[in-house]
Amino acid sequence: MTQKLVVIGAGMASGRALEHLFEAAPDAFDVTLFGAEPRGNYNRIMLSPVLSGEKTFEEIVTHDAAWYADHKVDCRFGETVTRIDRERKVVVSKGGETPYDRLLIATGSAPFIIPVPGKDLPGVMTYRDLDDVNRMLEVAETPGANAVVIGGGLLGLEAAAGLHARGMDVTVLHLMGHLMERQLDPAAGHLLKTELESRGIKVRTQASTKAILGHDKVDAVLLEDETVLDADIVVMAVGIRPETRIATDTGLVVERGIVVDDQMRTSDPDILAIGECVEHEHVVCGLVAPLYDMAKVAAQTLLGKGAAYKGSETSTKLKVTGVDLFSAGDFADGEGREEIVLRDAARGVYKRLVLQDNRIIGTVMYGDTADGSWFFNHLKEKTDIADIRDTLIFGPAYAGGAAADPTAAVAALPDEGEICGCNGVCKGTIVQAIASKGLNTLDDVRAHTKASSSCGSCTGLVEQLLSLTLGDAYNPAAVQPMCGCTDFGHDDVRRMIVAKELKSIPAVMQELQWNSSGGCAKCRPALNYYLICTWPGEYEDDNQSRYINERVHANIQKDGTFSVVPRMWGGMTSSSELRAIADVVDKFNIPSVKVTGGQRIDMLGVKKEDLPAVWADLNAAGLVSGAAYAKGLRTVKTCVGTDWCRFGTQDSTGLGVKIERLMWGSWTPAKVKMGVSGCPRNCAEATCKDVGVICVDSGFDIHFAGAAGLEVRQTDLLGHVDTEAEAIEVIAALVQLYREQGRYLERIWKWAKRVGIETVREQVLLDPERRNALRERFLLSQQYAQTDPWAERVAGKFAHEFAPLADFSQPREEALT
Amino acid sequence: MMAGKDQAWVDIGPLHAVPRQGARLVRTGAGCIALFRASDDRVFALDDRCPHQDGPLSQGIVHGHSVTCPLHNWVISLESGEAEGADEGSVRTYPVRVEDGRLLIDMAALGATKAA
Repeated sequence: MTQKLVVIGAGMASGRALEHLFEAAPDAFDVTLFGAEPRGNYNRIMLSPVLSGEKTFEEIVTHDAAWYADHKVDCRFGETVTRIDRERKVVVSKGGETPYDRLLIATGSAPFIIPVPGKDLPGVMTYRDLDDVNRMLEVAETPGANAVVIGGGLLGLEAAAGLHARGMDVTVLHLMGHLMERQLDPAAGHLLKTELESRGIKVRTQASTKAILGHDKVDAVLLEDETVLDADIVVMAVGIRPETRIATDTGLVVERGIVVDDQMRTSDPDILAIGECVEHEHVVCGLVAPLYDMAKVAAQTLLGKGAAYKGSETSTKLKVTGVDLFSAGDFADGEGREEIVLRDAARGVYKRLVLQDNRIIGTVMYGDTADGSWFFNHLKEKTDIADIRDTLIFGPAYAGGAAADPTAAVAALPDEGEICGCNGVCKGTIVQAIASKGLNTLDDVRAHTKASSSCGSCTGLVEQLLSLTLGDAYNPAAVQPMCGCTDFGHDDVRRMIVAKELKSIPAVMQELQWNSSGGCAKCRPALNYYLICTWPGEYEDDNQSRYINERVHANIQKDGTFSVVPRMWGGMTSSSELRAIADVVDKFNIPSVKVTGGQRIDMLGVKKEDLPAVWADLNAAGLVSGAAYAKGLRTVKTCVGTDWCRFGTQDSTGLGVKIERLMWGSWTPAKVKMGVSGCPRNCAEATCKDVGVICVDSGFDIHFAGAAGLEVRQTDLLGHVDTEAEAIEVIAALVQLYREQGRYLERIWKWAKRVGIETVREQVLLDPERRNALRERFLLSQQYAQTDPWAERVAGKFAHEFAPLADFSQPREEALT
Repeated sequence: MMAGKDQAWVDIGPLHAVPRQGARLVRTGAGCIALFRASDDRVFALDDRCPHQDGPLSQGIVHGHSVTCPLHNWVISLESGEAEGADEGSVRTYPVRVEDGRLLIDMAALGATKAA
């Protein structure tokens, strides 16, 4: 006898289930199909090409009227089922009651709307069905209209690309640090962002929407950081949630989705559910592959055949023309997991395989995804890859592959990319000289082009250019790599950051072919410094790549407490400052107070959670951070000079204060301590500082490259200047040169020894033009650096650093957020 | 209160309250637990005490699924609590998971430590 099957939801899941059903048993069921949309089933995942204009709607229809008629399906499109009466086995809709023997729920999912003010304004839309697409296309007809897409996931980016293809000015807002964070790791996310931006789509990551603005329609989007973006439409594509209302109302078991067993049965065995509305083994899915697997099983169950759904491995491809991106499986790091990373900076390729027990468990690919399905097959088949492991990453076409070419990053550099910063020599000049003049040694290149002939920091790159041009005939000297994540040395990395205009840590890691996906505790702080030094005001400091002391602006002690040192300009203080310090010590029960070697006062043993309150009190007395923790300017130690001393020749205290006012807040490769002595008796001990000034009757002797730590070293005399203004100018230029050439954690004296005292002197003292350029760059950088970090944190920045997430140590156990 | 092998998952806050590649503290009667969030959003809970000289691991730099202790640069696996490289030692780990964007920690495991 023919049974009555009622299907709620006419989307891709139920469409596929009906196909299987009719194929296996054409006459087993009388089918009634309800759908909320006023049309039959179409390939929803191909809506993006319709939006972009690459396909028409007709091309993506999977079941037309004839198909439904052939299979005698009673189509009730545009008619919503409002209730299921399980007692009487009927569904209720506008058209009355429809009885069922078996019921299939495939209601799919609904777009998630973020609850911000203005979310209900006309012009705010979601991206789910053809009606949404048509609404977007209507607005896109206005030339130059602005679209803001909230959500940088799969759906959001496809919407953005489609709207951009239709001529709209598109901005994508994404809450997380990189695009498609569920499918991509940061490296691939970086490549994707670069690609989209190069097409003219604006992308803002870590952008939190505060409100949507407008009166009778959308006008703009307001972000948490107060940025306002003009918008004619706002597309919300932040995620989906299972559409479960009908199931909940009728009393089926619903968690995040409608709970189903392996046979796709709900808690009522006569009711099945499939697709995005269900939850199977605690998993809710949003991709097409699992939904097809479920459809197959549901058809079998309806026919009384044994079949079981065991979950699905899923892979993702972004459907944006010209963007090749593939991800599958679990690509998180983990215990016992290993990764193979291939980066080809020249072609913008990134491939990463995550292995466990000699099996592929996840993969992320960008730029070249041709081998994606091959890897995915091995993943699904759980192939043992031990034998092919060495060449696995090169894909099926490659047997016996060689290691990635270390010169690829330099090869990818354009001819105008600058190699030698000291002498302004670019790649093209060097390559041409090597070829046309038959150069084959480093010294030849130095003699003919001047590249690498001054500070020598670009030596590694020049050698790579030699081997690139001459092939195996040239054997470059080994450069000490920065860390285990790369073959490049510090200098190479710095030069490439400038030459390739790399402006984020993921960008550096991709373009320089890092062999780990996220760096390590050695390279991340170094890269963070190089980027902040190279791109002042542009690069956003990565707090999580900083050592704890620079993250919380205090010095960690052996017991986990911190020490706090306020700045005392040139070592000068006052009764009110001292009184404020005394009050803070009493108020917060600070156990130790000590005078430092750099003429400051150190409060030791401050609890981390007290830091903001301690700083607030110190700030109130005019005291700011003394940066006693920083790879940056620490102190300028002075003597009392002509103010009081009978031997003083100049106002050494005044000069010290001026230098400190100029220098404070700057980040440097390693700490910088300075001193100014008012006469050659040198009470400020300036001749063992990183930079020291000895005042004499005729002016100022500027010293540098001293040390008084693990090494003890007297300074070298950089030179003599006549005026205080000149002294300050030279010191600014000197520090900037060190900032630009020093390797991370390399003190001034080591840098000076490496590049040569004479080279430094030439640039900062003898060449006024170069000195001035260095000074200008220092001043520019200082515009962005001179903000008191204590005041920022008193105002609430990074508040999470200073409070526990939860506290169960009290008698009443209570969770805090 | 939470004896036996039963687990007792307690919500301790939203995932986003912990910065990526960072950590937050959970205080207990028996000391602090460091709750880490890696760049891939996996979370881990470990005693906030380096096996070397009790350094606060929560203050270290998080890279991959490891943390470098701020005091003497020991590298500790967030997964196993074992010291990596040539160093030897281990730190206790606790069950923690993320559900619907919320962090859940197993109070039973915390309680067991307290009793121990």
